[in-house]
Amino acid sequence: MSSNSLGYSEQGGETVSELGQEAVPTTAPSASPAFGLFSSDTKRNEDLKQMLESNKDSAKLDAMKRIVGMIAKGKNESELFPSVVKNVASKNIEIKKLVYVYLMRYAEEQQDLALLSISTFQRALKDPNQLIRASALRVLSSIRVPIIVPIMMLSIKEAAADLSPYVRKNAAHAIQKLYSLDPEQKEMLIEVIEKLLKDKSTLVAGSVVMSFEEVCPDRIDLIHKNYRKLCNLLVDVEEWGQVVIIHMMTRYARTQFVSPWKEDEEYNEKNFYESDEEQKEKNLKGKKPYAMDPDHRLLIRNTKPLLQSRNAAVVMAVAQLYWHVAPKSEIGIVSKSLVRLLRSNREVQYIVLQNIATMSIQRKGLFEPYLKSFYVRSTDPTMIKTLKLEILTNLANEANISTLLREFQTYVKSQDKQFAAATIQAIGRCATNISEVTDTCLNGLVCLLSNRDEIVVAESVVVIKKLLQTQPAHHGEIIKHMAKLLDNITVPVARASILWLIGEYCERVPKIAPDVLRKMAKSFTSEDDLVKLQILNLGAKLYLTNSKQTKFLTQYILNLGKYDQSYDIRDRTRFIRQLIVPNEKSGALSKYAKKIFLAQKPAPLLESPFKDRDHFQLGTLSHTLNTRATGYLELSNWPEVAPDPSVRNVDAIELVFNLEAASIAVTTPAILSPSLVADLEGLNLSSSSVIDVSIPVFVPMKTHELLHRMSGKGLAAHYHFPRQPCIYGDQMVSVQVTLTNTTDEKIENIHIGERKLPSDMRMHEFSPIESLEPEGSITVSMGIDFCDSTQTASLKLCTKDNHFSVNIQPPVGELLLPVIMSERDFKKEKGKLTGMNETSASVTVAPQNSTRLVIVQKVVNVANLGVVPSGEDNIHRFAAKTVHSGSLMLVTVELKEGSTARLIINTEKTVIGSILLRELKPVLSQG
Amino acid sequence: MIHSLFLINCSGDIFLEKHWKSVVSQSVCDYFFEAQEKAADVENVPPVISTPHHYLISIYREKIFFVSVIQTEVPPLFVIEFLHRVADTFQDYFGECSETAIKDNVVIVYELLEEMLDNGFPLATESNILKELIKPPTILRSVVNSITGSSNMGDTLPTGQLSNIPWRRAVVKYTNNEAYFDVIEEIDAIIDKSGSTVFAEIQGVIDSCIKLAGMPDLSLSFMNPRLLDDVSFHPCIRFKRWESERVLSFIPPDGNFRLISYRVSSQNLVAIPVYVKHTISFKENLSSGRFDVTIGPKQNMGKTVEGVIATVHMPKAVLNMNLTASQGSYTFDPVTKVLTWDVGKINPQKLPNLKGIVNLQSGAPKPEENPSVNIQFKIQQLAISGLKVNRLDMYGEKYKPFKGVKYITKAGKFQVRT
Repeated sequence: MSSNSLGYSEQGGETVSELGQEAVPTTAPSASPAFGLFSSDTKRNEDLKQMLESNKDSAKLDAMKRIVGMIAKGKNESELFPSVVKNVASKNIEIKKLVYVYLMRYAEEQQDLALLSISTFQRALKDPNQLIRASALRVLSSIRVPIIVPIMMLSIKEAAADLSPYVRKNAAHAIQKLYSLDPEQKEMLIEVIEKLLKDKSTLVAGSVVMSFEEVCPDRIDLIHKNYRKLCNLLVDVEEWGQVVIIHMMTRYARTQFVSPWKEDEEYNEKNFYESDEEQKEKNLKGKKPYAMDPDHRLLIRNTKPLLQSRNAAVVMAVAQLYWHVAPKSEIGIVSKSLVRLLRSNREVQYIVLQNIATMSIQRKGLFEPYLKSFYVRSTDPTMIKTLKLEILTNLANEANISTLLREFQTYVKSQDKQFAAATIQAIGRCATNISEVTDTCLNGLVCLLSNRDEIVVAESVVVIKKLLQTQPAHHGEIIKHMAKLLDNITVPVARASILWLIGEYCERVPKIAPDVLRKMAKSFTSEDDLVKLQILNLGAKLYLTNSKQTKFLTQYILNLGKYDQSYDIRDRTRFIRQLIVPNEKSGALSKYAKKIFLAQKPAPLLESPFKDRDHFQLGTLSHTLNTRATGYLELSNWPEVAPDPSVRNVDAIELVFNLEAASIAVTTPAILSPSLVADLEGLNLSSSSVIDVSIPVFVPMKTHELLHRMSGKGLAAHYHFPRQPCIYGDQMVSVQVTLTNTTDEKIENIHIGERKLPSDMRMHEFSPIESLEPEGSITVSMGIDFCDSTQTASLKLCTKDNHFSVNIQPPVGELLLPVIMSERDFKKEKGKLTGMNETSASVTVAPQNSTRLVIVQKVVNVANLGVVPSGEDNIHRFAAKTVHSGSLMLVTVELKEGSTARLIINTEKTVIGSILLRELKPVLSQG
Repeated sequence: MIHSLFLINCSGDIFLEKHWKSVVSQSVCDYFFEAQEKAADVENVPPVISTPHHYLISIYREKIFFVSVIQTEVPPLFVIEFLHRVADTFQDYFGECSETAIKDNVVIVYELLEEMLDNGFPLATESNILKELIKPPTILRSVVNSITGSSNMGDTLPTGQLSNIPWRRAVVKYTNNEAYFDVIEEIDAIIDKSGSTVFAEIQGVIDSCIKLAGMPDLSLSFMNPRLLDDVSFHPCIRFKRWESERVLSFIPPDGNFRLISYRVSSQNLVAIPVYVKHTISFKENLSSGRFDVTIGPKQNMGKTVEGVIATVHMPKAVLNMNLTASQGSYTFDPVTKVLTWDVGKINPQKLPNLKGIVNLQSGAPKPEENPSVNIQFKIQQLAISGLKVNRLDMYGEKYKPFKGVKYITKAGKFQVRT
């Protein structure tokens, strides 16, 4: 330990060790009891405090690094909480991160102090940097302090509507955290989940399904509408999300579709019992044949490529989906992939082999071609060996048994005795399952009886006992052989088994049995309890069949048993004596003693230990442990009648966005989330920084034509500007393109081809659309960096067969992003942008345009400007920044007497400024 | 999902702990130690252990146990796969995944774990993304940081995280643009006493090292793609192209990664490049035995077999061995009873041979079974299945990259029963 801590302080750098030397060792009573013993620890904490309170970032960082090092080792550093929490607002991102780490660890213990940090996170939640927003939400939701539940709830709701999918992903994670902190929020959280399930981002899908599984796995109705979307997104979701979604889909499919298995089963039965003609007849009359729901098929088809995943968990998830959901005839493809996983590390092998073991019991054929892949290597760990053996045994049939037995012979000789014993059991199972080889196996096992290793012999005895019991006919010789072994074997189970065998078949070995009893009577006191019970049994049985020779021996043994230390044995002795020794008190039962002791006993079934695991869903923890784990969700049985499949239909309205809404109305742009803007409006975005992008005041729904349906051979395209910060790049203007298919055929593979852009203009094109149904329409978004100019972007819109040249030209007002600023800031900034940077004009304002409301509306309709609050009634101010360069664009409208007004624009981008001026002028003058 | 993680070294010290939800006391590891004691051998510690309140899922990598604490139902492979990914990331960042490396870089380890999981659910596991968020430690960087006071943390969201190619960094620049592919095939085989093949299979991987600027779109085609029976892909590969044309088309991650791993279809007979002649016998009463092993080349397509190492786990009763090697050197560890013979290259004119006397413990019975011989070897410039890369094309960028393909055949789990 001491060497470790040395290592950490070295890492802390020179300053640390110097400070450490200077610090005076104190025995502060405030130190936590655990470390009070070590004065050096107290000392360290003192200087850590000093470092944290210094005003040098490097010292703070060193201190935080050392603290995190201590936390990692599991030491309690909670007493530093007040000093650490002060640094939560640090500008240095690394310090900040480490403070976050610290907070998540100790906030739960120091709830009151933790509250000090909350406001910092609330502020960070409004940060323009999505990474900062996301990490603030992460920490805020990881602080398990019940008082802040309402704040968390609010933040989650806001984040769920964030523009950045990364932040929304974090919101999905936060849902689970809040739920575990306060389950009473469930209803509200379900609403958020419902909203996030609609999200089209692959980044969010996995996380939100995870929280769905955690919070409300029973609300399967929330999935319906998103089912097809999730199926289609699945391939692109990150691998961890895939696992979660596939597991959820398995449960979904089992409740929503009818069984695809019925047909196979019926078919088999029919084949078996009825002639072909009868079958035909029945088919004609019978209920309509099974047809798989297309959605069911969609799931099976879309998960198939994932069998090729590099991630073992994904492959296993698909395998279990096929096992539980796919028609029986299609399961075959999973076996190859599962066998591939056997090349992986031992832990993966262990889990996969367990699942194969369960599968191979029910469906031998599945893994038979891969028999040799389960051959055991001497270097495998024992647990892997036994599992492979288990599978080999399951796969044994008449055809391959001889190869297998040869293989088993090698295993029996293994140095790993535990494995050798397991092999013997496996041979026993093969022997009972396949009657052709029973004798061969038995002979082989008898040979093993002369093995030098005791464990092997003992296991053989136990297995032979079981085998003989299944067919006791003519095995007197083997029993005699085993009786001889009694002198050498010391393993209790084996001795007990031999004794039981001799007792059971004592009539076949009439000479040996009494002799064995004599020997055992001598050694009775030194035997194991298990053996003693069998000696008693043997005595009883012999007493009943051959009382002449064994009467006294038995009584001697019963007397020994009477005074045995174990009450079990005393109890058994008393019971047997009453039953077999006739005396005046003995009841009616003793007449039946012989029948009781020598009744025909059912042979034990040699079964796989994996027999009963199939009621657990494959690939789950419960299956591995063979007990119900907490939170295990039962797979339901297939419904008899399929629930209404139309619930999965997605309303066309959701896809076709506001096509006819060219009229100007204050609706919200609806591609990411319909209520996005509404939600954002609730935020208070008052930050001190001057250039702070705000939400658009108003979004006109005016669309521009990109491609007319006549010239586009039926493909029509419109674009419009949603006035949102572009998700593809900070300098891009986001453009939404609505494509409509007006033909009556599918248009396939719509994408953007060659593009002719002026130099340094960049574009993020939409991802190709595979196909567009007739009368269908789809809205996609793209980002174009116009470089703050009104140059057109020319590009080719291509379909499978055609390509069309189209142009996108931005109105100057769309090259802006609204900015929030105070009147004072506005005046200050305006003061800097005078002279060359100012353009102005006089306008005659139409009388009806002179009210504040109308002017604001007219102006923001033309340009994406933010309204600056104004103290004067006759002066209206608007502010924005250009999208590409972020230069300010300040617009002032001064109403003068006599319906004239002065329009002033201040900006560095004078060209745009003058264009804007020209466009604003008519707006104000017209009615 | 994953509640907490403990890292435990071989001597049973918990040297790192990390909690993603409420803190779980270290004492939960006692159940693990109990199981470890029962298993006797590190290899046999069950990966899944059930305790009264938690479930422990563990992996064993580089002499470290990664023990994760789980509270509710979860696919165990999910956790196992993730833990391996954590170990891979450490390997990637620190060059090795050892206790000392982790302890030396404990802060980075902590930051990594923080980024990789949120509330126990994986957040960012792609190494390209992680490297943008948290820069790997280098000497130069730590010097620069201490002077300029800049930090190891990225302050913007990695561009990959949001795009539909999360595995690639956005701005990649190289002066020399290179793409290397290593086709590595491993032969798994069990050879029985008489020298006949019980089971043989070829498993291969293509590891790539790609240093190309910009956003290159590569497509790699094979002369004989039909050989590939079962393939698993890096997420970057377009599955549909493979299905339809048998071409690997992808935008590669930056740096080293495993492009595909595959199994060669089982119909093809596997050429076994080496044979082993052996006589290992123990005499009943003399407490000694003979050991004579010769390794020779077979079906190696005219290439030299090199890097040959034979390992034999001798029975417990063996006390020591007195051998002479005609080539290479041998060691015998009397504690673990492992005999290792480092042969080197096989010269077909003069076959390497190792023979001599085995001393057994006096009085011990003669071992039941002869030990099996595990062989390792390497053949350069040969893919034993015959797989051949046809061509590599690059689209999307204008420069001409330097391309290279290397073939290697190795022994996988190659075992000769004696």
